[in-house]
Amino acid sequence: MLRPSHFSAVLLFALFASTVFAITQRETPQKMFRYGLYCFALFIGSVIVLSWVMFLIAR
Amino acid sequence: MGTAPNKSTAAEQTPHQGFVYLPLIAGWLVPGAGHFLLRKWGRGALIMVSIVAMFTLGLAMDGQIYTGAKDILDLLCTVGDLGNGLMYIVSRVMGLGGDPVMFTTADYGTKFIVVAGLLNVIAAVDAHNLRTGRKS
Repeated sequence: MLRPSHFSAVLLFALFASTVFAITQRETPQKMFRYGLYCFALFIGSVIVLSWVMFLIAR
Repeated sequence: MGTAPNKSTAAEQTPHQGFVYLPLIAGWLVPGAGHFLLRKWGRGALIMVSIVAMFTLGLAMDGQIYTGAKDILDLLCTVGDLGNGLMYIVSRVMGLGGDPVMFTTADYGTKFIVVAGLLNVIAAVDAHNLRTGRKS
């Protein structure tokens, strides 16, 4: 059974979801690439920010 | 001069013949197949790799395959799972998937499987939009 860490799972999730979002939401390869990077950064960035928020709330 | 754009538009709108919903159905049954039918090889391959990998990783994490609806959340997750098309049906037939969540990673896996199904629906609709000319 595969047991990735929470952050590894987030990285995989963000990678695959960003790929599909980019292909389906933009029309040219260049725009797809940029939108994919944008989605990936938003996924990872929001996870890090929310993690710190929850850490500070829990203290 | 005013008729030239109409001619090119008409030429662009008729590159594909046959059943208009075929890419939608094929894309739902097999991730990326809708794009392959439209000769969008690169897009289809990326979609197939992403969705199949997500579904497989979900199973590898011992994620649950929803088989019925005991409450509204189960129903929504079952609908998400159904988006995986043939992968869902084969998994049901083979009895794959873990028991109701026992580990944290199994919960991640369950969500991977549901989201893979939802992404596959988005990809299938995208193939339909390409087929109808709504998207290029």
